[in-house]
This record gives sequence, C-alpha cells and structure tokens, in this order.
Amino acid sequence: MGTDTARIELREVTKRYAGNVAVEGVSLSLAAGTVHALVGANGAGKSTIGKMIAGAVRADSGEILVNGETLNARSPREALSHGVTLISQELALVPELSVVDNVYLGAEFRRGYVLSTRRARRAFQELVVQSGFDLDPDTKVKDLGIADQQKVEILRAISRRAGVIVMDEPTSSLTADESERLHDVIRQLAANGATIVLVSHFLNEVLMLADTVTVVRNGELVSTGPASAETENTLITAMLGHAASADYAERHPVAAGAPTVLEVKNLRRNEALRDISLHIRAGEILGVAGLVGSGRTELARAIFGVDEVDGGTVTIDGVRLAKKPGPRTAIERGVVMLPENRKLEGLVMGESAAANVTLPYLRGRRGPIASMGWMRTRREQRQVAELLGELSIKPADPSAVVATMSGGNQQKVLFAKCLFRPPRVLLLDEPSRGVDVGARKSIHELINRIARQGTAVLLISSDLEEVLALSHRVLVLHRGSVAGEAPSSASMDEVMELAFGLPNGNRGISLGHTRSRA
Amino acid sequence: MSVQATEHHGRGDASTRAPEGVRRTRPGSAYLAREYGIALVVVALFVTLSIASPNFLTTDNLLNLLRQNAAIGIIACAGTLVVIAGGFDLSVGAVYFLSGIVAAWVAVHVSVPLGLLSGVVLGGVLGLVNGELATRLKISTFLATLATSLAFAGVGAALTKGFAISVADPSFAKFGNGGLGNLTYPVIIFVVTAVVLQVLLWRGVAGRYIFAVGGNAEAARNSGVRVDTIRVVTFVVSGIAAGLAGVLDASTVSSGGSDTGVSLPLTAIAAVALGGTSIYGGAGAVWRTVLGVLLLAMIANGLDLVSVASYYQDILKGALIVVAVAVNSLATSR
Repeated sequence: MGTDTARIELREVTKRYAGNVAVEGVSLSLAAGTVHALVGANGAGKSTIGKMIAGAVRADSGEILVNGETLNARSPREALSHGVTLISQELALVPELSVVDNVYLGAEFRRGYVLSTRRARRAFQELVVQSGFDLDPDTKVKDLGIADQQKVEILRAISRRAGVIVMDEPTSSLTADESERLHDVIRQLAANGATIVLVSHFLNEVLMLADTVTVVRNGELVSTGPASAETENTLITAMLGHAASADYAERHPVAAGAPTVLEVKNLRRNEALRDISLHIRAGEILGVAGLVGSGRTELARAIFGVDEVDGGTVTIDGVRLAKKPGPRTAIERGVVMLPENRKLEGLVMGESAAANVTLPYLRGRRGPIASMGWMRTRREQRQVAELLGELSIKPADPSAVVATMSGGNQQKVLFAKCLFRPPRVLLLDEPSRGVDVGARKSIHELINRIARQGTAVLLISSDLEEVLALSHRVLVLHRGSVAGEAPSSASMDEVMELAFGLPNGNRGISLGHTRSRA
Repeated sequence: MSVQATEHHGRGDASTRAPEGVRRTRPGSAYLAREYGIALVVVALFVTLSIASPNFLTTDNLLNLLRQNAAIGIIACAGTLVVIAGGFDLSVGAVYFLSGIVAAWVAVHVSVPLGLLSGVVLGGVLGLVNGELATRLKISTFLATLATSLAFAGVGAALTKGFAISVADPSFAKFGNGGLGNLTYPVIIFVVTAVVLQVLLWRGVAGRYIFAVGGNAEAARNSGVRVDTIRVVTFVVSGIAAGLAGVLDASTVSSGGSDTGVSLPLTAIAAVALGGTSIYGGAGAVWRTVLGVLLLAMIANGLDLVSVASYYQDILKGALIVVAVAVNSLATSR
C-alpha cells in the first residue's frame, strides 16, 4: 500500500440513462483508510455511483477527484492507473489461467518477450503475506469458489497498488461462511490503509463493516454519517423516504369461496430455494417481494419447470404437476410464465408478433390455429390482431416484427403470448420492467383484469410499491426462504424489514407457516 | 446483441432492426438486397451467359445443368432447415457416399427396390445419429457432424475396399435415369423437395418451431417447444436428403461408392449462405437456397461454355459468397 492512501471526492456528479436520472448532483467525500458504504433501494443509484468512482461508468457532469487530482476515468484501466479499482458481481477473471497468472494479467513480469515466472511467484508470495490470503498460486481460477475468486481480484487490486477498492454487492452470491471470510478481508484492507467503497443490500453487513454510511434515494444523496449512529430501521426509513402515493386501481376482493388453484409445497433447489410453500386462490394476486438474489425469479422458474428442483410439489387445481415437469407440461395445465428478461427468455425478436404470441399453442391435432401440423394463418392473424387491439398495442399489426417495436409494446406482446389462451396460473416476473409510465399503468390494469377473470396470479417485482398496490397478499423472500407474509395493508417499511431478514417483522406481520431463518 | 430481424413468411413486413421505439414500416435497402439480391444476380448471370454462349440457352444444356445439380440441390434444401435451426451438417457427403454403397450392395444381394429404399432409410438413421449426438452430448453440431462424417466415410471405404459396387440389374439405373417427359426423376425430386420444405417453413407448425429454435432457443423452450427434438428432426431430414441424393447418383451410374461426396457439405453450405440464410440461425428460406445452388451451377456450366478456366470460376464463387454474407450481416446488424 505504502504512501498512496487515496481519498475520493465527488462534486455534483450526475448521470442519466436515456434521459432518466440515475444519479443527480451527488457530492461526497470519502476518507482514506475507511470503509464507506452506499445503501439504497433497487434503482436508487448506489451501484452507478460506485461504478463512476471506478471508471466503469462515466459521469455526464461533475467531477471526481482522487487525492485532489481530477479523475475523469474513461475506463476501468485508466481508473486503475489512479489507484482505483472495481470488484463487481461479474468477476473479470480468466477461468483457465492459474491464480498467479490472473493476478498479474496485463502486468506480467518479463524480460523482453520472455515471462519471468520466478519473479511473479516471488511477488505473489509477498502479496500473500501482506494480505493474509492463503491461495495456491497454481490452482486454476475455475476450480475456486466465488469467495476465493474475489480474493484473486482483490490480490490483483493490491498488486496494482490500488488505494481505493469499490465493491459492488460483493457478498450477494456468497454463502454465510464465505461472506464472513470476505468481511475479514475487507477489515484488513482498510486497516492497511485502503479506502473501501461498499455497495450492499445487506444492512447488517453494512453496519458491521462500514465506518461511514451514505444513503441514496432516487439518484440523490439523502444522508451521510457515521455508521455507529445508524440502525437498520433508520437506514430503511432513509432509503424509502416518505411513503409514495399510490395511483393504482382498486383491488377487487377475492371471492369468499374461491378455490385454491396453485399450491406449492416445500419447493427446494440447492441454495436458491429453501423449502418454499405457498398457495394462490382463483382470482387472487400473490405478490412476491425480496432483494436481488433472494430467490424470487428462481421461484417462478421452479414452478414453471424451467429449472429442475431438488424436492417439493406443485399442484394445480388439486392435481400434481408431473414429477419432472417442464414448461411443456406446465403450459398444458394452464400455467404460463412471463419471464424477467423478454429479449433473452421471452421473445423471438426476429419473428412477427403473431408467431411469438401463438408459439406455445400450436400443439394438438385440431387446435384453433394449427391443425394436423399446418398453420391456419388467416385465423391466427385475425385472433392475434384482436388480442393486440385489446391490449392497446398500436398499431395492432400481427405481422410486425417484434424487434422493431418499442419496449412497452414488446412487453405487451409478451403478455398477449401469456393470455392467448386464458391461463389458470399466471407467473409474472417483473411485468413492468423497462417500460414507460403509460405502458406500466396499462399493464397494471391488465393484471387486475386477468385476476378478476379467475386466474391465480403470482406477481414478482423489485418495485415494492407495485407489489403492495396490486397484490392481495405479499410473500417476502430472504436468501431463498420465506421470511414472512404481509397483508396488502402492510407498509413498505414492514416488507423491507422482512426482506432484509430482520428478526420477526416486529410490527405484527405474521411469520405464517414458514421456518424463518432469521 | 445482434438481432435477426427478418421476414421469412413471405409477406412484406418491416425487417431491418430499428432502434427501440422506432417502427420501420418500409424495408431497408440492405434487407431488400438480402432478400432478393440473389434473384437479381441469378437473372443477370443467366442473361449474360445466354448472350455470351450460343450453347447455354438450350433445352439440353439447361436440363443437363439441373440434372447434374439435383443431388446437391436436394441436400442444400434440407441443409437450409438445419442451418435455420442453428446447426450445421458436415456429414452429408459421407452419408451420400455410404447410402449409395449400401443401396448398391442391397440391390445386388437382395433386391433392387429394397436397395433403393435402404439407402434412403440409412440416410435418415445416420441423420438421427448426428442429431442425438449433438443434442444429448451437447456437442456443437459442427464438430459432431465433422466426427461422424469421418466415421461414416470410413465405414463406406471399409465396405468397398476402395472399389465401387457395380449393379448389373438395369432396373437399378431407372431411378436415376428415367423420368417423365424431359424431366428426369432426380430433377423432379429436387423440385418436389424444395417446394415441400419451403411450404413447411411457411405454413407448417414445424416451420414455426424451426425458426423459433434457431432464433431464440430459450424462448422456444419457455413456450413448451421441444427444442432438442426439433433440432434432431432437422438432422433426420438432412440425412434422408443426403441418402436420397446418394441413391439417385448411384442409380444414375449403376454403381455405389464411385463418388465419395467430399465436396458436398461445403458446396451445400455455400449455396445456403449465398441464399442469405443466416448461419447464426433463425432466418432463411429454401427458395433462396435453390437460387444459390443454381448460381453455383451456372458459374461452373456457363463459364465452362465460354472457356473460363475452373480456377477463375472458384475465385468468382468465393467472391460471391463473401458479398452474400456481407449483405446478410449488414441487413441484420443495423
């Protein structure tokens, strides 16, 4: 580390994505040799700030200073030359190379064109002593666990004399044990004089490690202060601010005698889902809330059968789905899923809207739009055009290629695909992601309408306001388990407390039938 | 992400990729070049050759040209489905070779009709082997079929010990040499194959699945499509086509194993690429592959007639493939 105990200063930094403010006029000062945490709700801008400090994202305006020098890094490499480095969730390592080769990648010891393994090895040993990381230099990186891979990145950072290390959600994919080891590393780095910028969802982690905590909300700085003055509750209040006003349609009541349509029991899938049970009645919307990595998406995928599960059952209308289900069986039984990422998992972008909408419904000898293996194109065009019109896609042209449509219309085409045949169970994963305000509102109305018609709806969203406003009940997940269930009348604070894994939602939220790990 | 935005259902939709939120209603020039460029080139070359050589535009020459390219045509049409579904079949030459040998052997030792049939069936079985290898073992289709290609050709060579199997029975030769009127059976089969496969792509459920699997396998799986099954089916179709082509040519010369078919896989892929079918899958058309086959055929046939040496012909073919692929890539990447 030596002399360069860098400190960072941000002056009126602003960043916009496609006109939307991600970070607005943030000024911040980070002291040398401290751990400085950035917290905030999803989309608050904390990651963007971290990435701007590390040069992975360039600020639109404002200044970032390192040791009083202006750093307008265009690339992580340039930031690194100023002693700033980023360790993100996506690790930047070469899996087939050894630990030592990865550490010195791009800064090899060499004489002319000949690499000097001996000098690299000696330098590596010094690093190991300095950091206290016990890593075998010859192990291939692909054979390491994620925590150890992160150590390799940290060693690389130290070897380049990085005085500032930005860590973006470093523990989100680690086990509890691995997290603890990483925490030790972070403390040690700070003790050696490095400045750590810690972007994290986990408030207990933040309070344990950080010297200073900065809260951001909607791209703006809310507060900065010593971590010792904060509690998880004060942080959550600061992150959420005032309760946002709801501009949502009236929720319809679930009929008193409505039968249970979807029942999930003890669903397990390695670390991602731990013993999850839930049920949804006809016409009911069950919201699912939780932090990134809490198992929300994994839950929908497991029910739909995209991912194989280690145990547990899924029952539709009292009849179990096949033991080894897949999307094919699920669709046959009236279960459809609107996936999180429409471009990767949902739509064939080069195909027409009609081809996308009807793709799940071409089976059977005498289907409505395909019979004996041949398309009934005219009927298909007419029915899809009608549906697109109902979903107010303009123009309602079934032969328009999906790639040419706006994000909002693409999302509606995806809805049309789910609704072409009225489903029994609709699994929605981030149904309003990446659409504008208008499309968002009509999607919300649509979800209400579908439920009113008797479909059981599972609604996953990282937008807590959306979940609370639309759902009849909200299931809160924390690290793969059900942390509790909240009624639709619950406040955002209450749900957040569960999502952050705080000991029993202390404001009267039932922990229901679950085994809370908290 | 490169998005394959194309129109392959025969209507005039917007095509090239537009930025999000912008709807393009008129096809771009790159799209038109890709969709109909091959047709223009074929017509231009046809007219040029007709003027340059008195021997080109004769019924005999044109029928001969079709006859000589029936086998590669059948193979390339079926290969188009494989490519649209996101795969490659490099084994078609070996399947062609082995099917011809087995057809001749069975014709000699059992019966002629059974011989003809066995070659075609064998093609389907070998295609099934390709498909299952690629999907079950998750090997890239390129490598899987490269490997089976070696193995199949090895089996063929072992069976014949390097000598073609002659079939004395004259009825064996009827399949390849007989015909209706002026058209020989191989030409008729080529045309029927092209029409059936193109209609299947346009109007068949299988066609929808093939485009979906090649365009976005994940989305297809989430829609309940048996992605692996669809891929296997394309390989079976390709195998049957290669087997059929092998039997036809064996019948034409009354012997099996005289042509090892080594140049077939690459010629077929060249024809598919000339036709603008995306080698990344998800887009393409059989009728354009047919034009690709005809283009390559006319270059060889026509330029022979006007005495252009074959190495110049190869240079021209190579250049045309580069142009076709470049047009394709421009049409899809913008």
